[in-house]
Amino acid sequence: MEETVNLYLQDSYSQDNEIQVVAFKLGKEEYAVDILNVQDINRLLNITRVPRSENYIEGVVNLRGNIIPIINLHKKFNLQSEGNENDKRVIVFQLDDLKVGIIVDQVSEVLRLEKEDIEETGKVYSSINAEHIKGIAKVNNRLLILLDLLKIL
Amino acid sequence: MKMDMSQYLDVFLEESKEHLESLNQRLLDLEKDSSNINALNEIFRAAHTLKGMSSTMGFDDLADLTHHMENVLSDLKEGILPVNSTVIDTIFQCFDRLQMIIDQIEANGSGTMDNRDLINILENIKTGNFEAAATIEQEISTPTSVSIEENSSYQDSFAFNDYDITVLKEAASRNFTIYNIKIAVDQGCLMKAVRVFMVFKALEEDGEIIKSLPPAQDLDEGKFDSNFEIILISKATIIDLEKRLTNISEITVLYIQEISVDSLISQSNSAIMNIENKISKHSLDTMDSPRSHKVKQTVRVDIERLDNLMNLVGELVMHKGRLEQIGFSYKIGELNETIEQIDRISTDLQSVVMKVRMVPIEQVFNRFPRMVRDLARDLNKEVDFLIEGKETELDRTVIDEIGDPLVHLLRNAIDHGLESSQERLKKGKVSKGTVLLRARHEGNNVYIEVEDDGGGIDTNRVIAKAVEKGILTSRDAEQLSREEAIELLFNSGFSTAQNITDISGRGVGLDVVKNKIESLSGEIFVDSKPGQGTRFRIKLPLTLAIIQALMVSVQDEIYAIPLSSVDETTMITTTDIKMVQNQEVIMLRGSVLPLYRLSDLLSVPGLSEADDMYVVVVRKAERQIGLVVDGLIGQQEIVIKSLGRLLSGIPGLAGAIVAGDGHVRLILDIVTLF
Repeated sequence: MEETVNLYLQDSYSQDNEIQVVAFKLGKEEYAVDILNVQDINRLLNITRVPRSENYIEGVVNLRGNIIPIINLHKKFNLQSEGNENDKRVIVFQLDDLKVGIIVDQVSEVLRLEKEDIEETGKVYSSINAEHIKGIAKVNNRLLILLDLLKIL
Repeated sequence: MKMDMSQYLDVFLEESKEHLESLNQRLLDLEKDSSNINALNEIFRAAHTLKGMSSTMGFDDLADLTHHMENVLSDLKEGILPVNSTVIDTIFQCFDRLQMIIDQIEANGSGTMDNRDLINILENIKTGNFEAAATIEQEISTPTSVSIEENSSYQDSFAFNDYDITVLKEAASRNFTIYNIKIAVDQGCLMKAVRVFMVFKALEEDGEIIKSLPPAQDLDEGKFDSNFEIILISKATIIDLEKRLTNISEITVLYIQEISVDSLISQSNSAIMNIENKISKHSLDTMDSPRSHKVKQTVRVDIERLDNLMNLVGELVMHKGRLEQIGFSYKIGELNETIEQIDRISTDLQSVVMKVRMVPIEQVFNRFPRMVRDLARDLNKEVDFLIEGKETELDRTVIDEIGDPLVHLLRNAIDHGLESSQERLKKGKVSKGTVLLRARHEGNNVYIEVEDDGGGIDTNRVIAKAVEKGILTSRDAEQLSREEAIELLFNSGFSTAQNITDISGRGVGLDVVKNKIESLSGEIFVDSKPGQGTRFRIKLPLTLAIIQALMVSVQDEIYAIPLSSVDETTMITTTDIKMVQNQEVIMLRGSVLPLYRLSDLLSVPGLSEADDMYVVVVRKAERQIGLVVDGLIGQQEIVIKSLGRLLSGIPGLAGAIVAGDGHVRLILDIVTLF
């Protein structure tokens, strides 16, 4: 659908000590996920509510004929929604055979991270429980929290 | 009653080619490593399935040869016979012969061949007489020239099968006359097929055309020189027929003659002999001659590609919807015109893609009555064969695969399930046994059931057999429940048949069935009551089945209710609703109908203020329930999609659909909704 972030803007040579991530805002913090897991970034359109499901399930959407469940992390982790309603996006991930979308407040950019900049720790304070976090990356003056997607679901 | 197997010929040919291919591959494996038990098992199964399919289709020579192959293979499997080069060579020869017969079937629609030579070898091998087998084999491998009489006279060319002969005899006994009619179409005639059609129409006013030469399909396509012949059964007189035919222009009636059944049968026998000769010639020196194009051309497509196609079409439709909105809000005439075109095309495209995958199970079911009839006759049993729900649509993948398992189950039911007439009478049942084959949708699944009213499964015999076969110890056997004992039937290498028949009872059956069903992610259940019968239930998932659904709205939400669970709909106002024990009810034609509001059941946000509402009367088990909704949108064909791992198992939801506007709509599962 509209305004898909161009994931291949930067030349895509890959090095072992580097990963590409999609950075996004959720509440007051900035998070990132491996770009290889990201399938699609969309506006919040046509979400169908699923009755009798967990409260953090926002609903389902149709993505190229696939039914994708959408998870509302704000509800799951009790976060305040920040920023403009118009900036909200759904990031759809593909993890093994499972496709799932999460609602984020804003998609910031696609970044390259040096592996040495990533601190593999679960002890960093964040609004999301430590067990859902793979690590923390420092980019310039920003802190990016790397999410462990499989544990969130 | 006229039964036409030709429509299954394509399926039969495709399937048998697949089996031959695997047979060939596995034989090569076995030759490399004679201890390869997996290969042997595969070969055995392929031969077994071929046997089943060919006898269903009535290709007796094919079935006979595979039966003998199976005998040898079975002994090889059990280790009674050694796997040596003579055996493998023989099986290769059998394989070549099978290929020849199937090629012949593809070319002519019938396959008859004298296989006594190979069967002799197989029997010699089975008795352990390898030398005799080897000698005969050599004789066979030196081709002897076959002299062919090129006799093109008409009598030799009509080949009647058993079925035709039965029909002819029946006709004769009912005072129908059998005519042989030869007609020439004028040389200058441009549309020969049309003339043929007119002739057929004129003759079939009060009769039936049993055979034609060339076959009807060729005639339809105009593939003949100028003459054709017909065998007709009719009550009309010669003069009558002649009068009708002379009214058709551009044709000449060469002759109409009355013939007797007996003369036809003897002719047909000689015809078969003749065909056999021709075929052996064909196989010896013209293997690569061009095949006739009678068989419909089909392409087998990987189902994954169809899935992709389906998703893409869905996407297209969705974006078309958005284009429509843009066109509507900006009011650009030209754009709207183009969108209309796209709309039409994408709608067609969508329905084509959906239809490609879905096939009524009829296609599979329709070939069974003949098989059951033949089987019943062979076994000397009286069988009433009933079919229900053959319009049930199933995914193409399932249809392709479900045939073999059902053949096995039906054979089982008739051979093992039903008792003989005498036995039934003794037990106080009607002498005629009943076998029921039923297909239906239920929730997210399709159920196919094979039910018989025979003796039920004798668990003691099952257990005794299992102990004898070493599947379980006699100590374990004592603690087995009835259910567990029945489960034993699905064990590989198990059979309770007292004697091995041509039909079933070799123990490949049920474990093959189970493997097959499981590979389709289905399940198989058995209910059996001693003395009352057995029911096999196959449950298949409906991942991509199209069903009819009623679309209803509640507030801003739209849901689909499978039409199979809807009895009727009616409109009511709030004043119609009464309270009985804290339960809303209405009176519907004198009976009390409990009401449930869909908005409450699904906690739909918002409140409905309207006085008028609709009640969808649904059926849960045998009970009727009224489902209150705000509006009825209409009936639609929908493609069921799964909600995925994360959302599976929510009570009341059977899946989702992608509606034409790209929105996801949920399908209600009435059974678990309340």
